[in-house]
Amino acid sequence: MIAELGHFGLALAIAFAIAQAILPLWGAHRGETRLMQAAPALANGQAMALTVSFACLIWASVADDFSVMNVAENSHTLKPLLYKITGAWGSHEGSILFWCLILAWCGAAVALFGNNLPAALRARVIGVLALSACGFELFALLESDPFMRLWPPPENGRDMNPLLQDPGLAFHPPMLYAGYVGFAIPFAFAVAALLEGRMDASWGRWVRPWTLGAWCCLTGGIALGSWWSYYVLGWGGFWFWDPVENASLLPWLTGTALLHCAIVVEKREALKIWTVLLAIGTFAFSLSGTFLVRSGILNSVHSFANDPARGVFILGLLGLVIGGSLLLFLIRAPLLGASGVFAPVSREGALVLNNILLCSITAVVATGTSYPLFADLLGGMKISVGPPFYNATVLPLAAPLFIAMAIGPLLSWKRASLVPALMKLWWVALIALLVGGFCLYGMTALPAVFMAAAAWMICGALADIVERTKLFRVSLGNSFSRLINLPMSAFGTTLGHAGLGVTIIGIAGMSLATQEVVLVHPGETVNLAGYQWTLNGLSDAKGSNYNARVATITVKQDGELITVLAPERRAFTTQTMTTTEAKIHTNLVRDLYAVLGEERDGAAVLRLHDNTMAPLIWLGALVMGMGGLCSLLDRRLRVSVPTRAASVPAGAKKA
Amino acid sequence: MNRRALLAVPLGAAVLGGGAFFAMLKGLEKGTFDPRGVPSQLIDKPLPEFLLPGFSRADVVAQKKPVVINFFASWCVPCLDEADTLMKLHQRGVNLWGIAYKDKAAQTTQFLQRHGNPYGRMAMDDKGLVGIDWGITGVPETYLIDANGIVRWRFVGPLPDGAVDGLAKMVGA
Repeated sequence: MIAELGHFGLALAIAFAIAQAILPLWGAHRGETRLMQAAPALANGQAMALTVSFACLIWASVADDFSVMNVAENSHTLKPLLYKITGAWGSHEGSILFWCLILAWCGAAVALFGNNLPAALRARVIGVLALSACGFELFALLESDPFMRLWPPPENGRDMNPLLQDPGLAFHPPMLYAGYVGFAIPFAFAVAALLEGRMDASWGRWVRPWTLGAWCCLTGGIALGSWWSYYVLGWGGFWFWDPVENASLLPWLTGTALLHCAIVVEKREALKIWTVLLAIGTFAFSLSGTFLVRSGILNSVHSFANDPARGVFILGLLGLVIGGSLLLFLIRAPLLGASGVFAPVSREGALVLNNILLCSITAVVATGTSYPLFADLLGGMKISVGPPFYNATVLPLAAPLFIAMAIGPLLSWKRASLVPALMKLWWVALIALLVGGFCLYGMTALPAVFMAAAAWMICGALADIVERTKLFRVSLGNSFSRLINLPMSAFGTTLGHAGLGVTIIGIAGMSLATQEVVLVHPGETVNLAGYQWTLNGLSDAKGSNYNARVATITVKQDGELITVLAPERRAFTTQTMTTTEAKIHTNLVRDLYAVLGEERDGAAVLRLHDNTMAPLIWLGALVMGMGGLCSLLDRRLRVSVPTRAASVPAGAKKA
Repeated sequence: MNRRALLAVPLGAAVLGGGAFFAMLKGLEKGTFDPRGVPSQLIDKPLPEFLLPGFSRADVVAQKKPVVINFFASWCVPCLDEADTLMKLHQRGVNLWGIAYKDKAAQTTQFLQRHGNPYGRMAMDDKGLVGIDWGITGVPETYLIDANGIVRWRFVGPLPDGAVDGLAKMVGA
């Protein structure tokens, strides 16, 4: 009964979505206020119906209702409760439903927080969101129904892939999806602007918080995924340029570009056409990232039930949404008006440079990801594109981006000169050179250069705050009161830019990581990276749905106990699969990392890593995300704008 | 460049990409496109020498017409998936021969009785040595050998239904 209720909820949501797509858009076209006013209620209805539907799926999973095929294939009575809940979005069918749910919530969010939008724009945005939602909800209902019954029900389920039974991965999909789907809102704003044929500074102001929110979620989602592969897959790496990882990186890159571009729209009413294209492109990459992964075309560690027939349905939907919006772009974009002219050396000039570089990186990553497919399709050639390609192509594009990141925020709008900005950065350059020189003692050239770049980025980000507070040029008290009065978005910029610097330190620091694979008997000690690693013993343990073999390793430094690591090898009974559970001791600058391998004649194979600075990779992502949140809290983004043609207040200098 | 043409570039790129992905999906269905596969070293090379209880290389070459050879086993679950497809190939008149890989004769017979026997001739590779010579990565795996004994095509995994027409055309059945 619960499953049928969920099924009904999904069908109801589609009915709401269709009404929500047609009525407000028609109303906005004809100027019928009553039809436009229906939009928020319909959006809320759709969101509620889907929430009920998804709750039913969770209920079926928690209650072990194996007559629901999706639950029977992905769950088991012995599976821990947490994973019964998170399993609802771990399966193919459940994840599609979850995707639709977030899209419906986006519509409801615009309905809830969009009171300050002009009625027609709000109606159009909500309508466009529903237009893209109803196709995917139809797909969930017709092609990948999560509530399909199974008769006779099996006695027990097949359990979930043990690699996915992990807290990191339990929350990676929701974050990632919130990021992917969140970009639907800027997309809807862009399409609405095309429909209206106009776009002004307030458009930039409205779009930015939504873009920021989606960007924060996507940043967090990618970081969680990378962290999961670091400690669950047990390879000690954090990014593999795997096609699915790249698929999530592409919208992040264009989304970052969009974030910066929207500022130019807000401040200078320039780059409108380009911003609209970025908004459409970002959502297009999000859609392809979510759905092409499931078609069986991309070759990856991520496996979903691959079914080419489903793939054709999805491709049709993508064609409608992406092709339709790009066609609209082709027809209506000229109405948005040409960009204003501005000097190459100016704040907006720096933001254009940011866009060019980010989009070039996007193009390179997209080429590397799709090239093997095209080579196979056209010439039958089997090629794989790996890290050497990406390192050789992304780094030269990233380097100027890193340099520009510190300079850009110091330039003023409209017209600036480079020399004074560079003069303000003399101490930053000095620190960067010192850091680089110092690192050359322990590192090879490339990582040292990147350490210097990271120092440049972090100090450069702080330099912006230093400049604004006139630190050391006025009294400390004066500086402090200036600091308090700075807009939150200034801290957002600083945190965002510094966070990337912190991540770069982590990546460059990984070149110092050492690892060793050893065969040791209990009681034996291994020396690695200045630590003494002693295998104390091996024992058996039992989890709810697995049997584990646990190694107890004490790590000492100069006789002093640092930590006790207990890596496990788990044999999952239902899935007949073995996983390794790496154990990590971290002090936020260095990870001691141990993996238990096979055993032979009472001795165990251990893989021991000393990953210097590895935690900074994810810490940096956290700082970046916090930067996004800070910007989101900025007062200006929440204050309603009374008139649409809001002009830039005189003297407003900073973003 | 004309401004309008510039604005059409994104749409053009999307249409091209979409078309390519459509071709790939269709290829996946028909078995002509396999992004995961590693190409067989045997393609366009003569069939390696082998002599098994059932048939040998000489028997294949003596046919003077294309032969489709399918590695299978009674213990292999994906082989059940392709049983129907193989039967269709057989009914289309494709010269389909089977090699039972690492299997016991009694179990092979039982398997064929239960799921139908699409094979014109059957050989037993109970030690799996011929499988090693051919470089198979698992069962099922399917090879097309032309009239001159040259390997022309290989497919890893259960044959999709969509592959029947293409294979029948290739062997001229």
